[in-house]
Amino acid sequence: MTLEYLQNYWWVLISILGALLVFLLFVQGGQSMLLGTRSKERRDLIANSMGRKWELTFTTLVVFGGAFFASFPLFYSTSFGGAYWLWVLILFTFVGQAVSYEYRRKKGNIYGTGFYDLLLFLNGSVGCILLGVAVSMFFFGADFTVTRGNLLDTASPVISRWGEGHGFEAIFDWQNLVLGFAVLFLARTMACLYMMNNISQDRSFFASLKRGVLLNGGLFLIFFLWFLTMLLLADGYTVTTGSYGYNETVTITPYFYLNNYIRLWWAGIALLIGVVMVLYSFIRSIMADHYTQGIWWAGIGVFLVVASLFWVAGFGGGAYYPSLSDPMSSLTIRNSSSSHFTLTVMSWVSLIIPFVLGYIWYAWASMDRHKLTSVELEEASHKY
Amino acid sequence: MDELMTVVEWSRAQFALTAIYHWLFVPLTLGLSVIVAVMESIYVKTQSEKWLAATKFWMTLFGINFAIGVATGMILEFEFGTNWSNYSWFVGDIFGAPLAIEGLLAFFMESTFVAVMFFGWNKVSPRFHLAATWLTAIGASISALWILVANSWMQYPVGMEFDPAQMRNVMDDFWALFSGVAINKFLHATLSGWALSGVFVIGVSCWMLFKGRNREFAVRSIKVGAWVGLTGLLLTMYTGDGSAVEVTKTQPMKLAAMEGLYRGTTEQGLVAVGMVNPDKKWNDTQDEYLFDITIPYGLSILAKHDPKAFVPGIADIVEGIDVNETGDTINTVGYAERIARGKAAHEALRDFDKARAAGNLTLENEARERLMKDYPYFGYGYFDSVDEAIPPVAMTFYSFRIMVVLGSYFLLFYLIVLLSLYWKKLPIEQARWLQVIAIVSVPFMWVCSEAGWVVAEVGRQPWTVQDLLPTRAAISSIPASSVITTFWLFAGIFTVLLVAEVSIMMRQISKKSTTNLQTAYV
Repeated sequence: MTLEYLQNYWWVLISILGALLVFLLFVQGGQSMLLGTRSKERRDLIANSMGRKWELTFTTLVVFGGAFFASFPLFYSTSFGGAYWLWVLILFTFVGQAVSYEYRRKKGNIYGTGFYDLLLFLNGSVGCILLGVAVSMFFFGADFTVTRGNLLDTASPVISRWGEGHGFEAIFDWQNLVLGFAVLFLARTMACLYMMNNISQDRSFFASLKRGVLLNGGLFLIFFLWFLTMLLLADGYTVTTGSYGYNETVTITPYFYLNNYIRLWWAGIALLIGVVMVLYSFIRSIMADHYTQGIWWAGIGVFLVVASLFWVAGFGGGAYYPSLSDPMSSLTIRNSSSSHFTLTVMSWVSLIIPFVLGYIWYAWASMDRHKLTSVELEEASHKY
Repeated sequence: MDELMTVVEWSRAQFALTAIYHWLFVPLTLGLSVIVAVMESIYVKTQSEKWLAATKFWMTLFGINFAIGVATGMILEFEFGTNWSNYSWFVGDIFGAPLAIEGLLAFFMESTFVAVMFFGWNKVSPRFHLAATWLTAIGASISALWILVANSWMQYPVGMEFDPAQMRNVMDDFWALFSGVAINKFLHATLSGWALSGVFVIGVSCWMLFKGRNREFAVRSIKVGAWVGLTGLLLTMYTGDGSAVEVTKTQPMKLAAMEGLYRGTTEQGLVAVGMVNPDKKWNDTQDEYLFDITIPYGLSILAKHDPKAFVPGIADIVEGIDVNETGDTINTVGYAERIARGKAAHEALRDFDKARAAGNLTLENEARERLMKDYPYFGYGYFDSVDEAIPPVAMTFYSFRIMVVLGSYFLLFYLIVLLSLYWKKLPIEQARWLQVIAIVSVPFMWVCSEAGWVVAEVGRQPWTVQDLLPTRAAISSIPASSVITTFWLFAGIFTVLLVAEVSIMMRQISKKSTTNLQTAYV
């Protein structure tokens, strides 16, 4: 296999992990509803429904990071070391999540259930927005330079350098925030769809979840269409690659992403099918009397949409991480990847992915055979 | 340079803080998961409610500890990017792979089956549940394997070559990552988790005995904890011996710092108890120790399994003096020469870069040849003085002794506990003094475990990657004020959560110990 083939393969895997992560953010969406839910019984049902899946989302995030590190280490060193505050704030929200489910109702938790529900809320809301901001930089760029020769400057040896904002400038960029809010409202909509499927509840709870789909789904569509319009009208970098993967020329191309969707027609089709599936899921869940399968339609739809976004960012001769301060420093899947040897080794390892997905599916199919009920929560030996 | 060093020191402090907190929880996860799995296996085989109750009790404590371990572990992974940006590029091609494999092979296994373990009691068959419990334990150990392979590689970088065109190292032999250093480190660290968890289980159970609660349950738990713990401790000691031999071969400076040894000899003794002279410099004539009690031949045996072997001290290594197996003094590459050759490697890389930019293949090849000759000392090129390449001696010396002394104490502890379980003249149910000792011993096991990591990580300073990349060249380009702020933020949140964890753990132990643990509770 050629290096180019392996780079493409790993970008596809990164896309899949990213798309799975966004789908699984329904856990965060549910968390963001905890503080606004007055009924204690419903709060506990939400916490336990989401809480049984939190580790899947968490693990997917960690594997997404690990896979990026292994396959495109220059992105890892540039983005994480540069947009320091953006990533650190994301990490803070996830630290809170990791303990909150386990501790929120345990005796002796010192700070009370409300404290842990606040941490879950922060992870569910701020965490989602910040993740959206981080992904948005894949299209609208970031303030960094990459100069490998800095390694030999003993007084200042860092090769990837960021602007003075160190991530704050990205957080307060309105273009990035549009995608941030789209991710937040998508996660909340998905949470409603998931709970309609996972929890056996009274009619009023089900009706409130349907209202949640209507409200959050509507807001998601506004922000997502806003983002998509900006994206399709945006300029992008067309990069020609020189020896050793270094950028040879970088030219600004009008309507780059629109053209890329047309050029990569399969990505465009994935986007369209994904959007249709999401819309179908929203509309049917809202209109039908008791439709519970919306999470699957929306889940697959979201997966396709997010994967297609990664594809148009990385493929088609563009830069998936454009540098605003020095276009020649922009990251492409050619200049930021691991070596041929490492990508080959990792590709062999990746063959285990279907097996991993298989046992996750089997385990959860066994566990979720029956819907979650308040009675089960009363009797469970382990609950959140 | 001051700003650079401030960032380096605070970045190190932040990483150390995260690693220390993380290692408070991980060994308990590694060992307690095995103890719980053993108990559940007995339950499935015997169908005894007593063992189901024991399984559920310890599983609850496992869950409380597991969550916070996951949280701190995630921070560690991402700190390689946030705080060690240059490192992530310079060796990301090698180091990233074990991290990704860890996520794929271990984290998904843990996260899936830990959910079955906690929520699957009435949803899956007993055998599936038991399999899930074992897979959680195995997943935790697989996770430890990959991260320790990655850590060992930093201490003994093999299986790679430097690519001057991209100014980074690239992997050329994946299996080389499983070096003797890595295997010993994995077994040593993982099995120490068994030893720690055994002490924890015995301590908690003895507290119940002391309070007169659930005596039969407590003795049953002590039996499992003591056997698993003793097995872990003996194997930890065995692999610790293997680690010492590996350190002697691959990181002799670390070994010298562990011993506070400046001038080595043949038949080198081991300081059993002592105080290092804090004013001692590598090139002065002051005594190494303020006082010391030495075991004859001890260090030669520990380091080379040969009582007559020569073990070099810090000054010997700096000056490039060693003694070969036939007893002849030989010259190795001293630190002054390493610094000179490191700087020559930097210069050659600069020339290579210029030649490549100019398209001059002849000069490029010539520069590459010079670079490769001196590349083994590339990292020394960042230093101006040999003093910069010597690790903190006192901290390494004392941590090593704390680890060894406490480890030896716990061997004795386990033997006495097991004796009290099977010798009718010393029944643990009635020996209140032993119960008190067991309770008081619990925190010291954590001290022992953390001390081991201090030896490993402080002793290898100033390197992130041995000989190739010092910490000062591995950092991110961020202001010192940002790292100082996040250090305190992390310190605050970790402490807040640790306090909660300990409080919940104690409350759960106290509350559940008042219920009847002879039957499975819900």
